[in-house]
Amino acid sequence: MLQFLVRRLIVAILVAATVMTLAFILTRLSGDLAISIAGPNATQADVEAVRKAYGLDRPLTVQFFDWVGRAATGDLGESYFFKAKVSTLIGERMPITITLGLTGLVLALLVSLPLGILAAVRENTTLDRVVQMVALLGQAMPSFWLGLILMITFGLQLGWLPISGTGSWQHYVMPGIVLAFSAIPALTRLTRAGMIQAMGSDYIRTARAKGLSRASILLKHALRNAAIPVVAIAAVQLGFMLGGSIVIEQVFALHGVGFLAWESIGKNDFPVVQAVVLVLAVIYVALTMVADLMNAVLDPRLRGP
Amino acid sequence: MSVMSVTAGPKRGWKSVSTWIGALIVGIAMICAIFAPLLVPHDPFTQDLSKRLLPPFWMAGTNPDYLLGTDQLGRDYLSRLIWGCRISMLIGVTVTVVSALIGITMGVLGGFLGGRVDDAVLFAITTRLSIPVVLVALAIVGLLGSSMHLLVLTLGLLLWDRFAVVARATTMQVRNLDFVAAAWCAGCSRFRILWGEVLPNIASHLVVVATLEIALAILLEAALSFLGLGVPPPLPSWGLMIAEAKDYMFFSPWVIVIPGVALFVLVLGINLLGDGLRDLFGARTDP
Repeated sequence: MLQFLVRRLIVAILVAATVMTLAFILTRLSGDLAISIAGPNATQADVEAVRKAYGLDRPLTVQFFDWVGRAATGDLGESYFFKAKVSTLIGERMPITITLGLTGLVLALLVSLPLGILAAVRENTTLDRVVQMVALLGQAMPSFWLGLILMITFGLQLGWLPISGTGSWQHYVMPGIVLAFSAIPALTRLTRAGMIQAMGSDYIRTARAKGLSRASILLKHALRNAAIPVVAIAAVQLGFMLGGSIVIEQVFALHGVGFLAWESIGKNDFPVVQAVVLVLAVIYVALTMVADLMNAVLDPRLRGP
Repeated sequence: MSVMSVTAGPKRGWKSVSTWIGALIVGIAMICAIFAPLLVPHDPFTQDLSKRLLPPFWMAGTNPDYLLGTDQLGRDYLSRLIWGCRISMLIGVTVTVVSALIGITMGVLGGFLGGRVDDAVLFAITTRLSIPVVLVALAIVGLLGSSMHLLVLTLGLLLWDRFAVVARATTMQVRNLDFVAAAWCAGCSRFRILWGEVLPNIASHLVVVATLEIALAILLEAALSFLGLGVPPPLPSWGLMIAEAKDYMFFSPWVIVIPGVALFVLVLGINLLGDGLRDLFGARTDP
């Protein structure tokens, strides 16, 4: 178990280091940053001053290792536009993004688990096909467009929910639904496949032979085994959702991390952009590690020798 | 279990209605995409402010010349919709070609050679999955300026993971089969075996992945264009049409309903066709 953990951790650190390098290269793509930071009305002297002030006159390798060294201690640099520490900016907005991500994940699980179980129990019936159709429809739905349609229907015409902002829990209902849509197809299919596999296994036959009730067989025996991959994928999906929430945050004007990144891209505020890419990647890597660990704890076969 | 469910189950492959619906939608979209310049009733770029925001045919006050109405600048919506289909399909297909080249090369090499090469490929896949696609694509386009070429290249470089995963897994299955051993014995080179024996045998799986990737690329392009960092205006990308119409959606909801439904139907059609092909080939696309 310890060996498994250590190996996983080394891969995670290597991935984070690679993403850091890529994020650094990414933000240097646009050429001379000093010119874009100084603004359109800057003189040559202003540009030089900016270059000196932000340390952009140093060789790229020096800048890179400076960034890596600081990031390793939690210092993600300073925003050019907000004139504040990037870590503070991200810290302030992270709760909104995480609330949104968790809302989406819980809603997605509430829909996909029952649907997947129903489809598996009634395999190859009309009900099964309807559930699979729902998954296909969810897969084809453009999230930003669904957001706008919900805004028109529930926000404007019915007046049930607020259209934008983050004042209360109601503000998270529509964005949460939209985000859930992106995870429902995968989670439903996986629950269905896992349940079908479990229902065909020997221990279910034994349970049936013992005369256990249908509910007990389904929920206690089959679901418990089918849930292992679902729980793991749910953690990974949460990682995708946090990264993908940028579009939804923009539609609903939720000022989370995605919104911050979007603003910063428009303002050439590259310390923020590279930090958000890094933070989201690290969260994703951490979540996949949690998923692997859960798998290993639940299923001893995966731990390896 | 799986054999039973195929024989006793619903009709699959070309016997299934949904596959045909998918093929029909994709067929219409391809015709629209290829013959767009001939099909458009008006020029999709000509503005006429005196005819702005005309409603479509099912609403009152419509103009029979403009079947789906006009947008906020008086451009014919049907023409822009057809032209947008051309852009969606073009981006979907070209992005998939770029990502297929990268992903299949990596997956086949990793699966076939194993060892260090495979470790490197697995690491690349893990790293790629940890990168937030939408954010990085937005950042690249935002920093370098929007153009079709850049968009295709960016998305192609970001979406190769599923090709790599499936190519790797299927190559590993094929690698140890008898006909590959026979080719080794016949003295074939590595390249000859990869190109002539392995690739044709995993091709059906890759075709199914390609349909999924085209659908994904089309959705991503629409999302990026919606955020203003995708296809540059005045090109009528469906995502851009929705973004431009957003300010008018509360008074004239059809301006966002029309391009959104088009996007939804096209992606659904591609996925239906992909599912049909998957059943037909018996391919698996799950990682």
